[in-house]
Amino acid sequence: MVEIVEKKILAQGLGTRIIQLEIKSPEISKKSHAGQFVVLMVSEKGERIPLTIVDKDEEKGTITLIFQEVGLTTKLLGKLKEGDFLYALTGPLGNPTEIKNYGKVILLGGGVGIAEIYPVEKALKEKGNYLIVILGARTKDLLILEEKIRKFADRVYITTDDGSYGRKGFVTDVLNELLGKDNFALVYAVGPISMMKKVSEITKDFKIRTIVSLNALMVDGTGMCGCCRVTVNKETKFSCIDGPEFEAQGIDWEELEKRTKMYQDKEAHICKLHNETTC
Amino acid sequence: MKQPVKVREIPVEERIKDFKEVVLGYSEEEAILEAKRCLQCKNPTCISGCPVGIDIKKFIYYITQKDFKNAYFTIREKNNFPSICGRVCPAEYQCRKACVLTKKGSLFASESAINIHFLERFVGDWGIENLTLEDKFLNIKFMNKKVAVIGSGPAGLCCAGELARSGIRVTIFESLHKPGGVLRYGIPYFRLPTEILDREIDYLKELKVEIITNFVVGKIKSIEEIFKEGYSAVFLGLGAGVPSFLGIKNENLSNIYSANEFLTRVNLMCAYKFPTYHTPINIGKKVVVIGGGNTAMDAARVALRLQVINNLEPDVTILYRRTEKEMPARRLEIEHAKEEKIKFRFLVQPQEFVSDERGFVKGIVCLECRLGEPDSSGRPKSIPIPESKFFIESDLVIVAIGLKANQLLTKVTPGIKTDKYGDIIVNPETMETSLPKVFAGGDIVGGEGTVIEAMGMAKKAALSIINLFKKYA
Repeated sequence: MVEIVEKKILAQGLGTRIIQLEIKSPEISKKSHAGQFVVLMVSEKGERIPLTIVDKDEEKGTITLIFQEVGLTTKLLGKLKEGDFLYALTGPLGNPTEIKNYGKVILLGGGVGIAEIYPVEKALKEKGNYLIVILGARTKDLLILEEKIRKFADRVYITTDDGSYGRKGFVTDVLNELLGKDNFALVYAVGPISMMKKVSEITKDFKIRTIVSLNALMVDGTGMCGCCRVTVNKETKFSCIDGPEFEAQGIDWEELEKRTKMYQDKEAHICKLHNETTC
Repeated sequence: MKQPVKVREIPVEERIKDFKEVVLGYSEEEAILEAKRCLQCKNPTCISGCPVGIDIKKFIYYITQKDFKNAYFTIREKNNFPSICGRVCPAEYQCRKACVLTKKGSLFASESAINIHFLERFVGDWGIENLTLEDKFLNIKFMNKKVAVIGSGPAGLCCAGELARSGIRVTIFESLHKPGGVLRYGIPYFRLPTEILDREIDYLKELKVEIITNFVVGKIKSIEEIFKEGYSAVFLGLGAGVPSFLGIKNENLSNIYSANEFLTRVNLMCAYKFPTYHTPINIGKKVVVIGGGNTAMDAARVALRLQVINNLEPDVTILYRRTEKEMPARRLEIEHAKEEKIKFRFLVQPQEFVSDERGFVKGIVCLECRLGEPDSSGRPKSIPIPESKFFIESDLVIVAIGLKANQLLTKVTPGIKTDKYGDIIVNPETMETSLPKVFAGGDIVGGEGTVIEAMGMAKKAALSIINLFKKYA
């Protein structure tokens, strides 16, 4: 049984919440590396959804997951309390991030994507990289993990869409300026597809290696179904076993964006049903 | 010669409205009647057609004597899962084809061949219903040996059963949240009801087999670590794994599914009960399934049921690059598909998928084909005819053209030898891999095969493991 040992509401605003769960799983805690994810089910009737392993505490035997309530499954997950159990948890899945000394690295996190760059930031710092981190949120209330991120960063820039905190605008505005002034070995970005796509366009002009971690839809998460496939350099890849990280510039972003909307109607339908009956 | 006893089935109009099992099986009287048609040949040929060598003649004889218990034990000596195999074995290519009543030289069993699979199913189901624990336990004395079985599909379950019956403690590690592998996520309910699978798995639990789900060996633990935990041998029944795609333009459009994904959503995740169950599946108005195997038939028949359940006009077409004769699917399933008004289009090769403005598939550009010389599989090659381009409208496509090895575990296991396809190389006599005390069987050895072929390999591996332990005992 997989127990939720701690729950924190990290952010709340604009009709959504970002929640952090610390989950008991000594084996996953011991084995996971930055960049890997788990697949979980809230209930027997639930979906299997992938979530990045944001942090771990091997002594306590726990892992930390952070998610935004967007669809039914994340909303149900958000309703669980400390002491509740998940129906299923599998991991660690996917390939770990290649952690080494690259030199100067820019990390970009957009929205709940900030949670996903955090373990990579931490690991890269341990290898002595110089890290500039650009965080973006729609509004101040939805910005997460700022303090934790600052601990391992050499410089932090913050942007909000509405200008309520940091600079008004997008993470990509800052990226553009930084790349114009200095040389960087690597750019690592996680966030909404539109953001990662923009990042990859910008860094392409500057010819900088760019890695993104994709949040494709998944079922099994072990290569068995192909739900998470993405076209990279004109080849079909599976996010679960070939990724979740890919070189950004080879990705067919338009296709990926459309694929993630494949069940939009169904999602809207089931959320509406549940709002009527359970909320 | 008496006519074969026809097996009862749910009428077409009724069965396409849900996922109920189509074949109802024999009653006691029907089973005895069919069993009595068996000639009880002095030198039975049927047994050679069975990958696990069930003494078919003997179990059929017991049925004629109404001694179902001994019929059951006769099968069980060689096969732990008669209720499953009786349902999913391609008997027309195996025991029934080898039956003396099949016309010599025919590609598959003649209609007059004994319906061995239906008899096996009858006996298996009878056993589930009527036998007590004591009947099945066979007084096992467990020895102080543990074996880890990786994967709970047909190979893993079979190996676990064989070992447990010999008094070896078994732990099965399964990556999904429920055991059964392809028997659960792949084969639809209307061919293999989940309750049957659950009861066969319960039998393993009665044999003290421990099943750990949500456990991906290769990620959470290596094979080396498993040995360190006190397991004396490991069996890898990893399955075939990664679905193949066609490698043509636009193959990742929305609503293009692999058969594995489509079936997993419906079978394992119960997407057909959406929104009660939360996993969604899209329903096509015009569904096209590409491929000619059992998986293609399953996917097509599932898609058709989803259409009917959602009050759509049934419209499912199977595209296959050769002709009906070369289709690898079971004849029974092809017949079922035809009865359910699934359309077939032969000698067709997809060239590219066409997208609508939202990124969903709206059709397939295809070429017509002709048959050429036999290829390495012995079947005539399918040769596309230039200038024969045509368009098939479709808003949901299921690609069922096979699988390739999933290397998730082999890649992180130093010393394990694989072939150019990524399949594990074994000693065919013992099923031992290049790593000592690590055995393998099923689709991860030699590519895609049938449930019973996987079980055949698993059984052989189990015997090797038992011998290994005897050697050191």
